[in-house]
Amino acid sequence: MRVLGLDIGSRSVDAVWLDGGRMVRREIRDTGHDPLAVCAALIALDRHDRVVATGYGRHAAASAFGATALTEITAFALGAASLHPTAAAVLDIGGQDTKTIALGEGGRVSDFEMNDKCAAGTGKFLEVMARTLGFSLEELGDAALAAESGVRVSAMCTVFAESEVTGLLHRGEDRGRIALGVHESVATRTLGTLARVGASSPLVFAGGVARNPAMVRLVRDGFDGEVLVPDDPQTVGALGAALHGTAES
Amino acid sequence: MEQTMTETVDYTGMWTDLGINLPAHCALLNAIPKMYADAYLTQDARPEGMKYFDFVLSEIHGLRIQELVDHKLAGGKVVGTFCLYVPEEIIRALGGVAVGLCAGAEWGYNEVERVLPRNTCALIKSFMGFKMDRVCPYVESADLIVGETTCDGKKKAYELFSEMAPMHVMELPQMKRPEDRTLWRSEIDRLVTRLEELTGNKLTVEGLRNAIREVNGKRRALQRLNAARAASPAPISGKDALLAVQVAFYDDVPRFTQMVNAIADELEARVRDGVGVASADAPRILVTGSPMAIPNWKVHDIVEKAGGVVVAEEMCTGSRYYDSLVDEDAPTVEGMLDDIASKYLGVNCACFTPNTARTDDILEMAKTYRADGILHYALQFCTPYQIEAHTVERAAKDAGIPVLRVDTDYSTEDAGQLSTRVEAFLELLRAVRV
Repeated sequence: MRVLGLDIGSRSVDAVWLDGGRMVRREIRDTGHDPLAVCAALIALDRHDRVVATGYGRHAAASAFGATALTEITAFALGAASLHPTAAAVLDIGGQDTKTIALGEGGRVSDFEMNDKCAAGTGKFLEVMARTLGFSLEELGDAALAAESGVRVSAMCTVFAESEVTGLLHRGEDRGRIALGVHESVATRTLGTLARVGASSPLVFAGGVARNPAMVRLVRDGFDGEVLVPDDPQTVGALGAALHGTAES
Repeated sequence: MEQTMTETVDYTGMWTDLGINLPAHCALLNAIPKMYADAYLTQDARPEGMKYFDFVLSEIHGLRIQELVDHKLAGGKVVGTFCLYVPEEIIRALGGVAVGLCAGAEWGYNEVERVLPRNTCALIKSFMGFKMDRVCPYVESADLIVGETTCDGKKKAYELFSEMAPMHVMELPQMKRPEDRTLWRSEIDRLVTRLEELTGNKLTVEGLRNAIREVNGKRRALQRLNAARAASPAPISGKDALLAVQVAFYDDVPRFTQMVNAIADELEARVRDGVGVASADAPRILVTGSPMAIPNWKVHDIVEKAGGVVVAEEMCTGSRYYDSLVDEDAPTVEGMLDDIASKYLGVNCACFTPNTARTDDILEMAKTYRADGILHYALQFCTPYQIEAHTVERAAKDAGIPVLRVDTDYSTEDAGQLSTRVEAFLELLRAVRV
């Protein structure tokens, strides 16, 4: 049985092919403006017996390609628990939302939180801040890592924070210190959400933002316990979707 | 009624006489059938009896308003209310008709936000918007609006509302000590005086007892309908059951009672035959929290379209409305008013402190209705429910029942995120069961 797991997010479409439960291929594409076309191209890349879709585009993919739909929360929990069988909690910071998941026995979701409306504290927030500071996303993380201390950025709303950061630049604050402040603001918010779901150790940090070394360091510093980052944090959701399909068949 | 179901009646004249803002009202009346069709008429295996509610909704600003106008022409009074703490029995006993007022849709917010802060709960903004834009024929046909001091937002909004309509505000205590009961009992007397002045009638033993029996009859019918929901598979959707309670606030009492009893007969037969609206393995959800006024079907719709089934509502548009009855046997008017006062003060709204009995009710209902999970629903900026959500969540988790907390409003801007959270919650509940 070959299962294709697709995680159709706001920034990227991630694909994982499992054959008999073993990963045989993975791909990452930009979502662009036509997610279904991106999915169709990925589906055509390799063979599969069934498709399980997660992420924003899961229902659209279910109707377009007959895929099974699964929420990101369940998908990330399954993916994280398979990579790290001892995982007790999962943090996924994606392009437009943040999820914190507490895992019960057998890697099952026991509780979760997800931002309910806006993109505060997500990858989108970091992206907008990078642009305001004149950094690429990679440079933003590196600059934050290099800074000794952060400037406090208090606005949670992406739009307000952008004005706040612009104000800090005009006051002549160092870009690197602002970059660190921006990361600290996301980390503080995220750690609060982890506490609310009662996340215990070890925590798996997944999603695109887990590739940002400054975020990883701040989450490690602030979390009371071990923080595990998968080698390919972005495809954990797609892996979970494919695992769901394998388990169901 | 049978004949009018096939005819289209033009109510424009009636609305004009009531002072309705016709163009705005027309836009509203165009929106509601679409919302209703999308939420209700897409359901499978609905009970036959729900056709009555399809009809009621299609005539929501038509035939029912005509009945109110006719009642007024015959010398009767119409009394509008926003809350279940206002005793309908007293209004009816004095020859009045009680109607719940429009408060369930985002309407006239631009006007409203000129007088109210933007961060006011959707229900308050909505009733102000309906009045300021003159699109609710219920409020326009009301001879008196009776408010209550349930929360600070309503209390202060009523000060502004009273500049636009005749109002009487009852002081609902926020604790349930003997002195609070005394205060509430005196508020009942004050309401009686005001309504006797308005109607020109006096309370009589017979009149009040009949009214108590009639309203109890309505509540008993709703109790029957809801009791059937304990069965698995659920014989009626949560959306349909919610609609029945929403309509209870303004429909003609004897007719409503008869129609709901007919639905209850049908549901009891379905339970005997094992017929349901959802599969037996659909996760069963208890919804608790802030009230949901028509046409607020948002959360039920999302849950049921995602494959869950709502089996009970612990809310003012739910069990709090029909659970308790007024004693029918007191020999005097004073005695009956005592019983009315204690029935209403027994309702467990989050505006009371402490309010531990509500949590007890929720856990009890979760057991009775075999709920797999609890969805705590609070309107944004409805502080009493938003804070109490924590207490409820803690108690439910201690009892081993998963909880999803939803803070939302009447808009659809969070529908995507909300669907994902609800679907994930249903996936969690299914996984727990395996």
